[in-house]
Amino acid sequence: MHRFANPNRFLKLANAVLPWSAGLAVLTLGAGLYLALFSSPPDYQQGETVRIMYIHVPSAWMALFVYANIAVASAVALIWRHPLADLIGKASAPIGAGFTLICLLTGSLWGKPMWGTWWVWDARLTSVLILFFLYLGYIALVNAFDDPNRGHRAAGILALVGAVNLPVIKFSVDWWNTLHQPASVMRFDGPAIHPAMLWPLLLMAVGFTLFFVTVLILRVRGEIAAAKIRNLQLSLARG
Amino acid sequence: MERLMDFLSMGGYGGYIWPAYLIAAAVLIALLIASLRSVRGQEARLAALRQARMGTLEEET
Repeated sequence: MHRFANPNRFLKLANAVLPWSAGLAVLTLGAGLYLALFSSPPDYQQGETVRIMYIHVPSAWMALFVYANIAVASAVALIWRHPLADLIGKASAPIGAGFTLICLLTGSLWGKPMWGTWWVWDARLTSVLILFFLYLGYIALVNAFDDPNRGHRAAGILALVGAVNLPVIKFSVDWWNTLHQPASVMRFDGPAIHPAMLWPLLLMAVGFTLFFVTVLILRVRGEIAAAKIRNLQLSLARG
Repeated sequence: MERLMDFLSMGGYGGYIWPAYLIAAAVLIALLIASLRSVRGQEARLAALRQARMGTLEEET
């Protein structure tokens, strides 16, 4: 296990992936935006506002995916004391918080014209707001200690406990009455959405994922450099 | 010109659709820029520290 935890090996792999993930992110987001804004049709019920979906839904998927990624990294870090997993969790959190913020704000901008309100305290919206606060709590906790190991440990435990929120978000539209519509793409009986709308949606989702990979690599590189700086300063202080 | 205005008005919902896209772009670009700046800063500091350390090692020998 620790063979794969070598930071220098990670840096080599990450730097090889970086230009590809960045270039493909630009391409898929460009194509996705073109389809979303120009060539996809308006919805027969929601009219042009359906175009908000191409941002709102992929960012909601990313909010959940990035949190799941942090929870897995935290579990690996807590069980195997895997230092790179700690850094991946810490580096992911601001990106996930960003996607959750986009999801909440674009949802509000979609809710006002379609539901007649910016916000309702129903299960779906409230559980996503809790997810946003979990991200903020994780970020605050991971930076709260002078000893980074204690911060990673405390934040990792928070991330694992908070992971119960993920199925609550996913199934909230089935378990409780809500204004929010149920799933159209990730359903057991296949997507219930026209290909002309599915394509831009999937392209935006792939683009967001590639953006996440690109920024994650940059942030982990920064965290590895920061850890090396700490070690160097410690060894200098010890003489 | 009229076609452009039609496109921007988005069937009267442009006031909701364009802010949604702008907010998403602003958040993602801010994340990217902040991450780039921080990684460049950390890697430059690491390089400077290593250089300084090489210097002190040379003085000692």
